[in-house]
Amino acid sequence: MKTIAETGAFLNAPHMSTPSLSFEGVGLTYKDGTETLRDINLKVERDEFVSVVGPSGCGKSTLLKVASGLVEATQGNVVADRDRLGYVFQDATLLPWRTVASNVGLLAELHGVAKQERERRVQEAIELVGLSGFADRHPRRLSGGMRMRASLARSLTMDPEVFLFDEPFGALDEITRERLNDELVQLFLARHFAGLFVTHSIYEAVYLSTRVVVMSPRPGRIVAEFSIPFSYPRGPEVRFSPEFAQIASNISSALRGTELE
Amino acid sequence: MIQLEKLTADQSPAQSVKTLPKDRKRGFNRVLPPVGLFVVIIIIWEIISASLSGSRKFLLPTPQSVVIHGLLARDAYSEILPSFVRTSVLALGGFGVAIVLGMLVAAVMYRFRWLEKAVFPYLVALQAVPVLAVAPLMAVVFGYSFVAKGIIVVLIAFFPIPANFLLGLRSVDSGLDDLFRLHRASWWTRFWKLAFPNALPQLLTGFRISAGLAVVGAIVGEEFFQAGVPGLGIRLLQYLQDVEYNRLYGALILSSFLGIGFYLIFTWIANRVLRNWHESVIQQES
Repeated sequence: MKTIAETGAFLNAPHMSTPSLSFEGVGLTYKDGTETLRDINLKVERDEFVSVVGPSGCGKSTLLKVASGLVEATQGNVVADRDRLGYVFQDATLLPWRTVASNVGLLAELHGVAKQERERRVQEAIELVGLSGFADRHPRRLSGGMRMRASLARSLTMDPEVFLFDEPFGALDEITRERLNDELVQLFLARHFAGLFVTHSIYEAVYLSTRVVVMSPRPGRIVAEFSIPFSYPRGPEVRFSPEFAQIASNISSALRGTELE
Repeated sequence: MIQLEKLTADQSPAQSVKTLPKDRKRGFNRVLPPVGLFVVIIIIWEIISASLSGSRKFLLPTPQSVVIHGLLARDAYSEILPSFVRTSVLALGGFGVAIVLGMLVAAVMYRFRWLEKAVFPYLVALQAVPVLAVAPLMAVVFGYSFVAKGIIVVLIAFFPIPANFLLGLRSVDSGLDDLFRLHRASWWTRFWKLAFPNALPQLLTGFRISAGLAVVGAIVGEEFFQAGVPGLGIRLLQYLQDVEYNRLYGALILSSFLGIGFYLIFTWIANRVLRNWHESVIQQES
């Protein structure tokens, strides 16, 4: 494992407590013998935002499923507080027959939060993602970006300590994606969760994260890890700085290296 | 707590307020073609009727003759309206039973997959059984009763309901299922909050198909048993024997109205229920 850009300290120095999410020697082999993950060691603490990049089918999404407990690891341990876990999927996964407000309130509803408290959280979350005024709309009448915001808001109602993101902005246009990236960073700064973000986009990974890890093709292993030195909030100019380009290029070559194996 | 940037560019445009004339025009465009076709059919009917030779004229009375003598004449409607009501009750009753049983069967099959494997082939087979072949047996077991006729209705109308409902229950998006599992929702919760609403479009399609079949079943049942309070099915046979062709066509028209009425009612219900979220309804609007 190599660590390249180790310059610069984090603006939000992580509390050096027990990590909110940690993989210890995690491996996953399906019953048919397909080895999907191998010896994953990764710790994500509060106020850390870690992105995972890797070639298609390397098990990035599976890593999140294992973190959430949807899929059980066959080797090693996953430590996470699953009662305060946010999980944003590739699709917004909204219930089409419910309004935005009702969708946002779903998780609190499933966890049996009292109605008054639920409504308070829903309103707060909707405001936070900028969907005020759209609370009574059905998902069908929202744009892709707004659906993703609703999905984010839904997770926020549970005030997650660990927040998993499975390529949430992959299907959005570039402009919407960049705006949502900025908003996600603001959420991260405001809510102090531990973020684990899977993406195809190196630029997105570098822009959002405190760390970026690179995974190899199946069986997925972590082959490189990069610290991202920029302080938050990162303005759009960060994307065009030479340092940004250098890190992106290093990650890119690490990725290419995995494919040549 | 911080306030995020307000939305601007990626807002979908607010829905334009519908203006009345445009709406009316749209409705007009939808009504005009079938009404036009109706007029054409009446004209063709009239022409065929007029072209029949004197001795065969009774086979197809003119439309106005059917309406006047077959439906509007006092002794005609006083006989046929109660029959219409009778058949409606039979069809609705059988349909209701088919809905309750069908949904129950589908829900149980959804809960226990092994039961689906065991039961579903028989459901398909049931559909293949010629109902009139079963009817004599019904007559032996239940007599020439309302219940026997009702069972014919249920047999004919049943299949689309469990088949469609089960399809809908099974077609839950895997991401949504993951979400519910992630938050440890029980089977009941997942059924009521996810699978059931998800199945509504298919279920309502099943209702629509079934509603039409229930009317067919009611008339077939009445024609077979030919006993009890006379419904439309019995009237049809009676008028045929009595060479009352005006009334025969009148009863035929009322039977069709019953089928169409059932279909329209359930289409309307489906559109009401699904109007906010389902493609099938939203696309009709725009």
